[in-house]
Amino acid sequence: MSDYCELSKLTKIYPTPKGPAVIVKDFDLNIKKGEFVTLIGHSGCGKSTVLSMLAGLNDITAGGIILAGRELDGAGPDRGVVFQSPSLLPWMTAFENVMLGVKQVFFTATAEERRQIVEYYLTVVGLGDAMHKRPAELSQGMRQRVGIARAFALSPKMLLLDEPFGMLDSLTRYELQQVLIELWRKNKITALMVTHDVDEALFLSDRIVCMTDGPEAEVGDILEVHFPRPRERKAVMEHPDYYKLREHLIEFLEVHAHRKTQPIAPVPNPPPAGGRSLRSVEDALLNPA
Amino acid sequence: MNESKLKQLDWLLLPLIGFAIVLALWAVSSVTWATNLPSPVKTWESSKVYILEPFAKRGEMDQGILRFTWYSLILVAKGYVLALVIGTPIGFFLGLSKAFTKTFDPIIQILRPVSPLAWLPLGLVLFLSAGKEAGTLGALFTIAICSMWPTVLNTAVGVRSIPQDYLNVAKVLKLSRTKTLFKVLIPATLPYMFTGFRLSLGIAWLVIVAAEMLTGRPGVGGFLWQEYNSLIYEHIILSIVTIGVVGFVLDRLMSVVERRFKTI
Ligand SMILES: Nc1ncnc2c1ncn2[C@@H]1O[C@H](COP(=O)(O)OP(=O)(O)OP(=O)(O)O)[C@@H](O)[C@H]1O
Ligand SMILES: [Mg+2]
Repeated sequence: MSDYCELSKLTKIYPTPKGPAVIVKDFDLNIKKGEFVTLIGHSGCGKSTVLSMLAGLNDITAGGIILAGRELDGAGPDRGVVFQSPSLLPWMTAFENVMLGVKQVFFTATAEERRQIVEYYLTVVGLGDAMHKRPAELSQGMRQRVGIARAFALSPKMLLLDEPFGMLDSLTRYELQQVLIELWRKNKITALMVTHDVDEALFLSDRIVCMTDGPEAEVGDILEVHFPRPRERKAVMEHPDYYKLREHLIEFLEVHAHRKTQPIAPVPNPPPAGGRSLRSVEDALLNPA
Repeated sequence: MNESKLKQLDWLLLPLIGFAIVLALWAVSSVTWATNLPSPVKTWESSKVYILEPFAKRGEMDQGILRFTWYSLILVAKGYVLALVIGTPIGFFLGLSKAFTKTFDPIIQILRPVSPLAWLPLGLVLFLSAGKEAGTLGALFTIAICSMWPTVLNTAVGVRSIPQDYLNVAKVLKLSRTKTLFKVLIPATLPYMFTGFRLSLGIAWLVIVAAEMLTGRPGVGGFLWQEYNSLIYEHIILSIVTIGVVGFVLDRLMSVVERRFKTI
Protein backbone atom coordinates (compact mmCIF):
# COMPACT_ATOMS: atom_id res chain seq x y z
CA MET A 1 0.00 0.00 0.00
CA SER A 2 1.26 3.51 -0.71
CA ASP A 3 2.11 6.07 1.91
CA TYR A 4 -0.82 8.01 3.23
CA CYS A 5 0.92 10.40 5.54
CA GLU A 6 4.45 11.58 4.82
CA LEU A 7 6.52 13.60 7.22
CA SER A 8 9.63 14.74 5.42
CA LYS A 9 12.61 16.57 6.87
CA LEU A 10 10.31 17.85 9.60
CA THR A 11 12.23 20.35 11.74
CA LYS A 12 11.27 22.47 14.73
CA ILE A 13 13.43 25.29 16.00
CA TYR A 14 12.40 27.52 18.88
CA PRO A 15 14.09 30.86 19.23
CA THR A 16 15.34 31.19 22.79
CA PRO A 17 17.33 33.89 24.58
CA LYS A 18 20.36 31.59 24.30
CA GLY A 19 19.98 31.26 20.55
CA PRO A 20 17.83 28.95 18.46
CA ALA A 21 16.99 25.60 20.08
CA VAL A 22 16.74 22.80 17.54
CA ILE A 23 14.23 20.40 19.08
CA VAL A 24 13.46 18.12 16.16
CA LYS A 25 15.63 17.87 13.07
CA ASP A 26 14.99 16.16 9.74
CA PHE A 27 12.32 13.85 11.10
CA ASP A 28 11.26 11.47 8.32
CA LEU A 29 8.35 9.10 8.64
CA ASN A 30 5.90 7.52 6.23
CA ILE A 31 2.66 6.07 7.48
CA LYS A 32 0.45 3.80 5.41
CA LYS A 33 -3.29 4.10 5.21
CA GLY A 34 -4.98 2.34 8.08
CA GLU A 35 -1.74 1.83 9.96
CA PHE A 36 -1.38 2.32 13.72
CA VAL A 37 2.00 3.82 14.54
CA THR A 38 3.31 4.72 17.98
CA LEU A 39 6.03 7.17 18.75
CA ILE A 40 8.15 6.35 21.75
CA GLY A 41 11.08 8.17 23.29
CA HIS A 42 12.37 9.86 26.37
CA SER A 43 10.55 12.66 28.09
CA GLY A 44 11.31 15.97 26.45
CA CYS A 45 12.73 14.52 23.26
CA GLY A 46 10.10 16.18 21.09
CA LYS A 47 7.33 13.62 20.60
CA SER A 48 4.56 16.07 21.37
CA THR A 49 6.26 18.60 19.16
CA VAL A 50 6.08 16.26 16.17
CA LEU A 51 2.48 15.37 16.92
CA SER A 52 1.36 18.96 17.38
CA MET A 53 2.99 19.94 14.09
CA LEU A 54 0.99 17.17 12.48
CA ALA A 55 -2.13 18.45 14.23
CA GLY A 56 -1.42 21.94 12.96
CA LEU A 57 -1.25 23.35 16.47
CA ASN A 58 2.46 24.13 16.24
CA ASP A 59 4.18 25.89 13.34
CA ILE A 60 6.56 23.86 11.21
CA THR A 61 10.01 25.47 11.01
CA ALA A 62 11.20 23.46 8.02
CA GLY A 63 10.17 20.40 6.08
CA GLY A 64 6.61 19.42 5.38
CA ILE A 65 3.76 17.02 5.92
CA ILE A 66 1.59 15.48 3.24
CA LEU A 67 -1.67 13.85 4.29
CA ALA A 68 -3.80 12.03 1.72
CA GLY A 69 -1.95 13.68 -1.13
CA ARG A 70 -2.19 17.23 0.16
CA GLU A 71 0.32 19.35 1.99
CA LEU A 72 -0.94 20.27 5.45
CA ASP A 73 -1.51 23.88 6.32
CA GLY A 74 -2.79 24.59 9.82
CA ALA A 75 -5.21 22.68 12.02
CA GLY A 76 -8.45 21.15 10.89
CA PRO A 77 -11.08 18.59 11.80
CA ASP A 78 -9.70 16.15 9.23
CA ARG A 79 -7.35 15.17 12.04
CA GLY A 80 -8.94 13.98 15.26
CA VAL A 81 -6.77 14.82 18.23
CA VAL A 82 -6.89 13.16 21.64
CA PHE A 83 -4.88 15.16 24.14
CA GLN A 84 -3.23 13.90 27.29
CA SER A 85 -5.67 15.87 29.41
CA PRO A 86 -9.13 15.29 27.98
CA SER A 87 -9.52 19.01 27.13
CA LEU A 88 -13.28 18.95 27.27
CA LEU A 89 -15.08 22.24 27.52
CA PRO A 90 -16.37 22.14 31.11
CA TRP A 91 -19.52 24.16 30.46
CA MET A 92 -20.78 21.61 27.94
CA THR A 93 -22.09 18.10 28.53
CA ALA A 94 -20.31 15.11 27.02
CA PHE A 95 -22.91 15.12 24.27
CA GLU A 96 -22.41 18.81 23.51
CA ASN A 97 -18.64 18.45 23.49
CA VAL A 98 -18.84 15.77 20.82
CA MET A 99 -21.60 17.61 18.96
CA LEU A 100 -19.46 20.74 18.66
CA GLY A 101 -17.11 18.90 16.33
CA VAL A 102 -19.78 16.88 14.57
CA LYS A 103 -21.58 20.08 13.60
CA GLN A 104 -18.38 21.40 12.07
CA VAL A 105 -17.74 18.31 9.97
CA PHE A 106 -21.23 17.16 9.04
CA PHE A 107 -22.73 20.55 8.36
CA THR A 108 -24.93 19.19 5.57
CA ALA A 109 -26.42 16.44 7.72
CA THR A 110 -29.79 16.86 9.40
CA ALA A 111 -29.98 17.50 13.13
CA GLU A 112 -31.31 13.98 13.62
CA GLU A 113 -28.41 12.43 11.71
CA ARG A 114 -25.92 14.41 13.76
CA ARG A 115 -27.56 13.37 16.98
CA GLN A 116 -27.29 9.75 15.92
CA ILE A 117 -23.58 10.11 15.14
CA VAL A 118 -22.87 11.65 18.53
CA GLU A 119 -24.95 9.08 20.38
CA TYR A 120 -23.37 6.23 18.47
CA TYR A 121 -19.81 7.13 19.38
CA LEU A 122 -20.60 7.97 22.98
CA THR A 123 -22.35 4.64 23.34
CA VAL A 124 -19.50 2.74 21.73
CA VAL A 125 -16.99 4.19 24.20
CA GLY A 126 -19.29 3.13 27.02
CA LEU A 127 -20.94 6.41 27.95
CA GLY A 128 -24.48 5.59 26.88
CA ASP A 129 -25.78 6.47 30.32
CA ALA A 130 -23.61 9.50 30.98
CA MET A 131 -24.04 11.45 27.75
CA HIS A 132 -25.68 14.43 29.32
CA LYS A 133 -23.28 14.89 32.19
CA ARG A 134 -20.78 17.68 32.44
CA PRO A 135 -17.07 16.80 32.58
CA ALA A 136 -16.98 17.72 36.28
CA GLU A 137 -19.39 14.88 36.98
CA LEU A 138 -17.30 12.34 35.08
CA SER A 139 -14.25 10.42 36.25
CA GLN A 140 -10.90 11.00 34.58
CA GLY A 141 -11.30 7.80 32.59
CA MET A 142 -14.81 8.72 31.45
CA ARG A 143 -13.59 12.12 30.33
CA GLN A 144 -10.92 10.51 28.21
CA ARG A 145 -13.61 8.28 26.72
CA VAL A 146 -15.43 11.44 25.66
CA GLY A 147 -12.16 12.67 24.16
CA ILE A 148 -11.85 9.49 22.13
CA ALA A 149 -15.48 9.66 21.02
CA ARG A 150 -14.99 13.28 19.99
CA ALA A 151 -12.00 12.40 17.84
CA PHE A 152 -13.63 9.41 16.13
CA ALA A 153 -16.95 11.16 15.60
CA LEU A 154 -15.24 13.55 13.21
CA SER A 155 -14.52 10.60 10.87
CA PRO A 156 -11.05 12.08 10.46
CA LYS A 157 -8.43 11.12 7.90
CA MET A 158 -6.05 10.60 10.73
CA LEU A 159 -6.09 10.15 14.46
CA LEU A 160 -3.45 11.83 16.62
CA LEU A 161 -3.09 10.76 20.22
CA ASP A 162 -0.64 12.33 22.67
CA GLU A 163 -0.24 10.02 25.67
CA PRO A 164 -4.01 9.72 25.90
CA PHE A 165 -3.86 7.28 28.81
CA GLY A 166 -0.89 8.77 30.64
CA MET A 167 -3.00 10.14 33.47
CA LEU A 168 -5.04 7.00 34.12
CA ASP A 169 -4.58 4.10 36.52
CA SER A 170 -3.48 0.87 34.86
CA LEU A 171 -6.86 -0.84 35.06
CA THR A 172 -8.64 2.03 33.34
CA ARG A 173 -5.75 2.25 30.91
CA TYR A 174 -6.26 -1.36 29.82
CA GLU A 175 -9.97 -0.76 29.38
CA LEU A 176 -9.44 2.30 27.27
CA GLN A 177 -6.78 0.66 25.15
CA GLN A 178 -9.39 -1.95 24.34
CA VAL A 179 -11.99 0.70 23.50
CA LEU A 180 -9.49 2.52 21.31
CA ILE A 181 -8.27 -0.51 19.41
CA GLU A 182 -11.79 -1.72 18.72
CA LEU A 183 -12.92 1.63 17.39
CA TRP A 184 -9.78 1.84 15.31
CA ARG A 185 -10.35 -1.62 13.86
CA LYS A 186 -13.92 -0.82 12.92
CA ASN A 187 -13.11 2.52 11.33
CA LYS A 188 -9.65 1.76 9.94
CA ILE A 189 -8.41 5.21 10.69
CA THR A 190 -4.70 5.88 10.26
CA ALA A 191 -3.32 6.65 13.71
CA LEU A 192 -0.20 8.10 15.25
CA MET A 193 0.08 7.85 18.99
CA VAL A 194 2.68 9.08 21.45
CA THR A 195 3.32 6.98 24.51
CA HIS A 196 5.82 6.24 27.25
CA ASP A 197 4.47 2.79 27.85
CA VAL A 198 6.32 0.00 26.03
CA ASP A 199 3.57 -2.57 26.59
CA GLU A 200 0.91 -0.21 25.37
CA ALA A 201 2.91 0.41 22.21
CA LEU A 202 3.36 -3.33 21.60
CA PHE A 203 -0.29 -4.08 22.19
CA LEU A 204 -1.68 -1.38 19.93
CA SER A 205 0.65 -0.72 17.07
CA ASP A 206 1.69 -2.05 13.69
CA ARG A 207 4.94 -0.14 13.93
CA ILE A 208 6.82 1.50 16.75
CA VAL A 209 9.00 4.49 16.00
CA CYS A 210 11.71 5.20 18.54
CA MET A 211 12.89 8.78 18.69
CA THR A 212 16.44 9.68 19.64
CA ASP A 213 16.92 12.11 22.49
CA GLY A 214 16.79 15.78 21.81
CA PRO A 215 18.06 18.24 20.97
CA GLU A 216 17.94 17.58 17.25
CA ALA A 217 15.78 14.51 17.78
CA GLU A 218 15.07 12.28 14.80
CA VAL A 219 13.85 8.77 14.05
CA GLY A 220 16.20 6.35 15.76
CA ASP A 221 14.74 2.95 15.12
CA ILE A 222 11.58 1.49 13.66
CA LEU A 223 10.12 -1.77 14.92
CA GLU A 224 7.55 -3.82 13.02
CA VAL A 225 4.97 -5.42 15.27
CA HIS A 226 3.17 -8.20 13.49
CA PHE A 227 1.03 -9.85 16.14
CA PRO A 228 -2.17 -11.06 14.45
CA ARG A 229 -5.24 -8.90 14.74
CA PRO A 230 -7.72 -8.69 16.34
CA ARG A 231 -5.42 -8.78 19.30
CA GLU A 232 -6.09 -10.17 22.68
CA ARG A 233 -3.91 -8.87 25.45
CA LYS A 234 -3.12 -12.27 26.86
CA ALA A 235 -2.30 -13.77 23.47
CA VAL A 236 -0.04 -10.85 22.63
CA MET A 237 1.88 -11.15 25.85
CA GLU A 238 2.32 -14.87 25.37
CA HIS A 239 3.50 -14.51 21.81
CA PRO A 240 7.07 -15.86 21.41
CA ASP A 241 8.28 -12.55 19.94
CA TYR A 242 6.79 -10.37 22.66
CA TYR A 243 9.73 -10.37 25.03
CA LYS A 244 12.26 -10.03 22.24
CA LEU A 245 10.53 -6.89 20.98
CA ARG A 246 10.08 -5.60 24.48
CA GLU A 247 13.75 -6.11 25.33
CA HIS A 248 14.72 -4.40 22.11
CA LEU A 249 12.64 -1.35 22.92
CA ILE A 250 13.84 -1.10 26.48
CA GLU A 251 17.41 -1.47 25.39
CA PHE A 252 16.98 1.31 22.89
CA LEU A 253 15.51 3.56 25.54
CA GLU A 254 18.26 2.68 28.00
CA VAL A 255 21.06 3.37 25.57
CA HIS A 256 19.62 6.77 24.98
CA ALA A 257 19.19 7.37 28.67
CA HIS A 258 22.88 6.61 29.20
CA ARG A 259 23.97 8.94 26.50
CA LYS A 260 22.27 11.69 28.42
CA THR A 261 23.69 11.02 31.87
CA GLN A 262 27.26 10.24 30.87
CA PRO A 263 28.67 13.77 30.57
CA ILE A 264 28.22 14.37 34.30
CA ALA A 265 31.63 15.21 35.82
CA PRO A 266 32.95 12.88 38.49
CA VAL A 267 32.96 14.20 42.05
CA PRO A 268 36.41 15.75 42.59
CA ASN A 269 36.59 15.21 46.34
CA PRO A 270 34.71 12.34 47.88
CA PRO A 271 32.27 13.62 50.48
CA PRO A 272 33.36 13.19 54.10
CA ALA A 273 32.26 9.96 55.63
CA GLY A 274 29.20 10.09 57.84
CA GLY A 275 27.19 13.22 57.01
CA ARG A 276 25.54 13.35 53.59
CA SER A 277 26.49 16.50 51.82
CA LEU A 278 24.22 18.20 49.33
CA ARG A 279 26.54 16.97 46.61
CA SER A 280 26.03 13.34 47.46
CA VAL A 281 22.26 13.70 47.54
CA GLU A 282 22.35 15.21 44.08
CA ASP A 283 24.61 12.42 42.98
CA ALA A 284 22.30 9.78 44.33
CA LEU A 285 19.45 11.31 42.37
CA LEU A 286 21.40 11.43 39.13
CA ASN A 287 23.00 8.01 39.40
CA PRO A 288 20.64 5.76 41.28
CA ALA A 289 22.25 2.52 42.40
CA MET B 1 -24.05 21.96 77.16
CA ASN B 2 -24.88 25.57 77.78
CA GLU B 3 -21.62 26.60 76.23
CA SER B 4 -22.16 24.71 73.00
CA LYS B 5 -25.58 26.29 72.66
CA LEU B 6 -23.98 29.71 72.98
CA LYS B 7 -21.46 28.76 70.30
CA GLN B 8 -24.30 27.91 67.96
CA LEU B 9 -25.68 31.40 68.36
CA ASP B 10 -22.31 32.98 67.57
CA TRP B 11 -23.35 34.04 64.13
CA LEU B 12 -26.15 36.15 65.59
CA LEU B 13 -24.72 37.11 68.95
CA LEU B 14 -21.32 38.39 67.92
CA PRO B 15 -22.57 40.76 65.21
CA LEU B 16 -25.17 42.09 67.67
CA ILE B 17 -22.40 42.78 70.17
CA GLY B 18 -20.52 44.58 67.41
CA PHE B 19 -23.49 46.79 66.65
CA ALA B 20 -24.01 47.47 70.35
CA ILE B 21 -20.40 48.60 70.79
CA VAL B 22 -20.61 51.00 67.86
CA LEU B 23 -23.96 52.37 69.09
CA ALA B 24 -22.44 52.93 72.53
CA LEU B 25 -19.42 54.74 71.09
CA TRP B 26 -21.78 56.86 68.99
CA ALA B 27 -23.97 57.69 71.99
CA VAL B 28 -20.99 58.60 74.16
CA SER B 29 -19.43 60.70 71.38
CA SER B 30 -22.65 62.64 70.91
CA VAL B 31 -22.62 63.82 74.52
CA THR B 32 -18.88 64.32 74.94
CA TRP B 33 -16.58 65.55 72.17
CA ALA B 34 -18.97 65.76 69.19
CA THR B 35 -21.95 67.61 70.59
CA ASN B 36 -23.29 68.44 67.12
CA LEU B 37 -23.66 64.74 66.40
CA PRO B 38 -27.25 63.68 67.07
CA SER B 39 -27.54 60.79 69.53
CA PRO B 40 -28.88 57.41 68.37
CA VAL B 41 -32.21 58.03 70.02
CA LYS B 42 -32.59 61.46 68.47
CA THR B 43 -31.64 60.06 65.11
CA TRP B 44 -34.31 57.40 65.33
CA GLU B 45 -36.96 59.88 66.51
CA SER B 46 -36.26 62.18 63.61
CA SER B 47 -35.85 59.43 60.98
CA LYS B 48 -38.64 57.04 61.81
CA VAL B 49 -41.17 58.71 59.58
CA TYR B 50 -38.86 58.08 56.60
CA ILE B 51 -38.40 54.47 57.59
CA LEU B 52 -41.91 53.61 58.69
CA GLU B 53 -43.45 55.21 55.61
CA PRO B 54 -40.67 54.19 53.22
CA PHE B 55 -42.55 54.97 50.00
CA ALA B 56 -44.29 58.19 51.01
CA LYS B 57 -43.92 61.27 48.83
CA ARG B 58 -44.44 64.53 50.68
CA GLY B 59 -42.40 66.73 48.38
CA GLU B 60 -39.58 66.62 45.84
CA MET B 61 -36.91 66.33 48.52
CA ASP B 62 -39.07 64.90 51.29
CA GLN B 63 -39.84 61.29 50.48
CA GLY B 64 -39.68 57.89 52.16
CA ILE B 65 -36.18 56.44 52.29
CA LEU B 66 -36.91 53.47 50.07
CA ARG B 67 -38.45 55.77 47.50
CA PHE B 68 -35.20 57.73 47.43
CA THR B 69 -33.29 54.46 47.26
CA TRP B 70 -35.39 53.41 44.31
CA TYR B 71 -34.53 56.61 42.38
CA SER B 72 -30.86 56.05 43.12
CA LEU B 73 -30.99 52.40 42.09
CA ILE B 74 -32.58 53.27 38.76
CA LEU B 75 -29.84 55.75 37.97
CA VAL B 76 -27.17 53.29 39.10
CA ALA B 77 -28.68 50.53 36.99
CA LYS B 78 -28.54 52.68 33.87
CA GLY B 79 -24.96 53.78 34.44
CA TYR B 80 -23.93 50.27 35.42
CA VAL B 81 -25.40 48.67 32.32
CA LEU B 82 -23.61 51.31 30.26
CA ALA B 83 -20.37 50.41 32.04
CA LEU B 84 -20.79 46.68 31.32
CA VAL B 85 -21.78 47.24 27.71
CA ILE B 86 -18.68 49.35 27.12
CA GLY B 87 -16.31 47.65 29.54
CA THR B 88 -16.78 43.99 28.57
CA PRO B 89 -15.78 44.37 24.90
CA ILE B 90 -12.82 46.55 25.89
CA GLY B 91 -11.77 43.79 28.28
CA PHE B 92 -12.02 41.23 25.49
CA PHE B 93 -9.91 43.33 23.15
CA LEU B 94 -7.31 43.83 25.88
CA GLY B 95 -7.21 40.11 26.55
CA LEU B 96 -7.04 39.08 22.91
CA SER B 97 -4.68 41.62 21.37
CA LYS B 98 -1.21 42.51 22.59
CA ALA B 99 -1.17 45.54 20.31
CA PHE B 100 -4.46 46.78 21.76
CA THR B 101 -3.10 46.31 25.27
CA LYS B 102 0.09 48.20 24.48
CA THR B 103 -1.93 51.01 22.93
CA PHE B 104 -4.55 51.50 25.59
CA ASP B 105 -3.23 50.07 28.83
CA PRO B 106 -1.29 53.23 29.82
CA ILE B 107 -4.32 55.46 29.34
CA ILE B 108 -6.51 53.02 31.29
CA GLN B 109 -4.06 52.99 34.16
CA ILE B 110 -4.13 56.78 34.24
CA LEU B 111 -7.91 57.14 34.02
CA ARG B 112 -8.66 54.39 36.52
CA PRO B 113 -7.73 56.18 39.77
CA VAL B 114 -9.56 59.41 38.91
CA SER B 115 -12.25 60.17 41.49
CA PRO B 116 -15.93 60.51 40.56
CA LEU B 117 -15.80 64.00 42.03
CA ALA B 118 -13.36 64.90 39.27
CA TRP B 119 -15.32 63.21 36.47
CA LEU B 120 -18.70 64.73 37.29
CA PRO B 121 -17.93 68.35 36.33
CA LEU B 122 -16.51 67.05 33.05
CA GLY B 123 -19.67 65.02 32.52
CA LEU B 124 -21.82 68.11 33.11
CA VAL B 125 -19.73 70.09 30.63
CA LEU B 126 -19.95 67.32 28.02
CA PHE B 127 -23.75 67.34 28.10
CA LEU B 128 -24.21 71.06 28.64
CA SER B 129 -26.23 71.34 25.46
CA ALA B 130 -28.73 68.78 26.78
CA GLY B 131 -30.18 71.52 29.04
CA LYS B 132 -32.40 70.01 31.73
CA GLU B 133 -31.07 66.50 31.14
CA ALA B 134 -27.44 67.56 31.58
CA GLY B 135 -27.42 66.51 35.24
CA THR B 136 -28.74 63.03 34.52
CA LEU B 137 -26.47 62.45 31.55
CA GLY B 138 -23.46 63.78 33.44
CA ALA B 139 -24.24 61.46 36.34
CA LEU B 140 -24.62 58.47 34.00
CA PHE B 141 -21.33 59.31 32.35
CA THR B 142 -19.61 59.49 35.72
CA ILE B 143 -21.07 56.22 36.99
CA ALA B 144 -20.16 54.42 33.77
CA ILE B 145 -16.61 55.67 33.51
CA CYS B 146 -15.81 55.11 37.17
CA SER B 147 -17.36 51.69 37.52
CA MET B 148 -16.26 50.04 34.29
CA TRP B 149 -12.62 49.44 35.20
CA PRO B 150 -13.01 46.27 37.28
CA THR B 151 -15.09 44.79 34.46
CA VAL B 152 -12.49 45.79 31.88
CA LEU B 153 -9.54 44.44 33.83
CA ASN B 154 -11.15 41.23 35.09
CA THR B 155 -12.46 40.37 31.65
CA ALA B 156 -9.00 40.92 30.20
CA VAL B 157 -7.41 38.68 32.83
CA GLY B 158 -10.10 36.07 32.20
CA VAL B 159 -9.46 36.03 28.46
CA ARG B 160 -5.71 35.81 29.00
CA SER B 161 -6.06 32.87 31.35
CA ILE B 162 -8.18 30.70 29.07
CA PRO B 163 -6.35 27.35 29.04
CA GLN B 164 -4.47 26.62 25.83
CA ASP B 165 -6.36 23.29 25.73
CA TYR B 166 -9.65 25.05 25.03
CA LEU B 167 -8.11 27.16 22.30
CA ASN B 168 -6.59 24.04 20.76
CA VAL B 169 -10.02 22.44 20.64
CA ALA B 170 -11.34 25.48 18.78
CA LYS B 171 -8.39 25.33 16.39
CA VAL B 172 -8.63 21.60 15.70
CA LEU B 173 -12.35 21.88 15.02
CA LYS B 174 -11.75 25.00 12.92
CA LEU B 175 -14.51 26.91 14.64
CA SER B 176 -15.34 30.21 12.99
CA ARG B 177 -14.49 33.44 14.80
CA THR B 178 -18.03 33.96 16.05
CA LYS B 179 -18.34 30.34 17.14
CA THR B 180 -15.02 30.50 18.94
CA LEU B 181 -16.18 33.65 20.70
CA PHE B 182 -19.56 32.33 21.80
CA LYS B 183 -18.74 28.66 22.35
CA VAL B 184 -15.28 28.99 23.89
CA LEU B 185 -14.03 32.46 24.76
CA ILE B 186 -17.11 33.88 26.48
CA PRO B 187 -18.02 30.76 28.52
CA ALA B 188 -14.41 30.38 29.62
CA THR B 189 -14.24 34.02 30.69
CA LEU B 190 -17.63 34.22 32.42
CA PRO B 191 -16.38 33.54 35.96
CA TYR B 192 -13.87 36.38 35.67
CA MET B 193 -16.41 38.64 34.02
CA PHE B 194 -18.80 38.18 36.90
CA THR B 195 -16.13 39.01 39.46
CA GLY B 196 -15.63 42.22 37.49
CA PHE B 197 -19.38 42.84 37.35
CA ARG B 198 -19.68 42.52 41.12
CA LEU B 199 -16.81 44.90 41.82
CA SER B 200 -18.17 47.33 39.23
CA LEU B 201 -21.57 47.36 40.91
CA GLY B 202 -19.92 48.25 44.21
CA ILE B 203 -18.18 51.22 42.62
CA ALA B 204 -21.30 52.31 40.75
CA TRP B 205 -23.14 52.48 44.06
CA LEU B 206 -20.30 54.49 45.61
CA VAL B 207 -20.41 56.95 42.75
CA ILE B 208 -24.16 57.49 42.84
CA VAL B 209 -23.98 59.40 46.10
CA ALA B 210 -21.32 61.77 44.80
CA ALA B 211 -23.24 62.23 41.56
CA GLU B 212 -26.51 63.04 43.33
CA MET B 213 -24.85 65.35 45.80
CA LEU B 214 -23.36 67.51 43.08
CA THR B 215 -26.39 67.49 40.80
CA GLY B 216 -29.00 67.76 43.54
CA ARG B 217 -31.12 64.97 42.10
CA PRO B 218 -33.68 63.30 44.34
CA GLY B 219 -32.19 60.09 45.70
CA VAL B 220 -30.35 58.92 48.79
CA GLY B 221 -27.29 61.02 48.03
CA GLY B 222 -29.26 64.09 47.06
CA PHE B 223 -31.32 63.77 50.23
CA LEU B 224 -28.18 63.49 52.32
CA TRP B 225 -26.69 66.66 50.89
CA GLN B 226 -29.94 68.62 51.19
CA GLU B 227 -30.42 67.66 54.81
CA TYR B 228 -26.83 68.68 55.53
CA ASN B 229 -27.56 72.08 54.06
CA SER B 230 -30.78 72.27 56.11
CA LEU B 231 -28.82 71.38 59.26
CA ILE B 232 -30.89 68.24 59.89
CA TYR B 233 -27.92 66.09 60.81
CA GLU B 234 -30.00 63.09 61.89
CA HIS B 235 -30.89 62.45 58.28
CA ILE B 236 -27.23 62.36 57.26
CA ILE B 237 -26.87 59.33 59.48
CA LEU B 238 -30.08 57.83 58.14
CA SER B 239 -28.75 58.20 54.60
CA ILE B 240 -25.36 56.73 55.45
CA VAL B 241 -26.95 53.68 57.02
CA THR B 242 -29.26 53.26 54.03
CA ILE B 243 -26.40 53.55 51.55
CA GLY B 244 -24.39 51.00 53.50
CA VAL B 245 -27.21 48.49 53.79
CA VAL B 246 -28.17 48.77 50.12
CA GLY B 247 -24.53 48.41 49.04
CA PHE B 248 -24.19 45.34 51.20
CA VAL B 249 -27.34 43.76 49.80
CA LEU B 250 -26.24 44.45 46.22
CA ASP B 251 -22.86 42.84 46.86
CA ARG B 252 -24.49 39.75 48.39
CA LEU B 253 -26.84 39.39 45.43
CA MET B 254 -23.99 39.69 42.98
CA SER B 255 -21.89 37.13 44.80
CA VAL B 256 -24.74 34.65 44.58
CA VAL B 257 -24.81 35.17 40.81
CA GLU B 258 -21.02 35.07 40.66
CA ARG B 259 -20.84 31.79 42.53
CA ARG B 260 -23.34 30.25 40.15
CA PHE B 261 -20.94 30.89 37.28
CA LYS B 262 -17.89 29.77 39.24
CA THR B 263 -19.16 26.21 39.45
CA ILE B 264 -19.07 25.46 35.74
N1 LIG C 1 7.91 27.18 23.31
C1 LIG C 1 9.08 26.51 23.50
N2 LIG C 1 10.26 27.17 23.49
C2 LIG C 1 11.42 26.50 23.67
N3 LIG C 1 11.51 25.18 23.88
C3 LIG C 1 10.37 24.45 23.89
C4 LIG C 1 9.11 25.08 23.70
N4 LIG C 1 8.15 24.12 23.77
C5 LIG C 1 8.80 22.96 24.00
N5 LIG C 1 10.13 23.15 24.07
C6 LIG C 1 11.16 22.11 24.27
O1 LIG C 1 11.01 21.12 23.29
C7 LIG C 1 11.39 19.87 23.82
C8 LIG C 1 10.43 18.82 23.39
O2 LIG C 1 9.18 19.02 24.01
P1 LIG C 1 7.99 17.99 23.82
O3 LIG C 1 6.84 18.48 24.61
O4 LIG C 1 7.76 17.76 22.38
O5 LIG C 1 8.60 16.68 24.48
P2 LIG C 1 7.91 15.26 24.66
O6 LIG C 1 8.78 14.29 23.96
O7 LIG C 1 6.49 15.31 24.27
O8 LIG C 1 8.06 15.05 26.22
P3 LIG C 1 7.03 14.32 27.21
O9 LIG C 1 7.22 12.87 26.98
O10 LIG C 1 7.51 14.74 28.54
O11 LIG C 1 5.66 14.80 26.90
C9 LIG C 1 11.50 20.01 25.32
O12 LIG C 1 12.85 19.92 25.69
C10 LIG C 1 10.98 21.41 25.61
O13 LIG C 1 11.75 22.01 26.60
MG1 LIG D 1 4.62 15.26 25.37
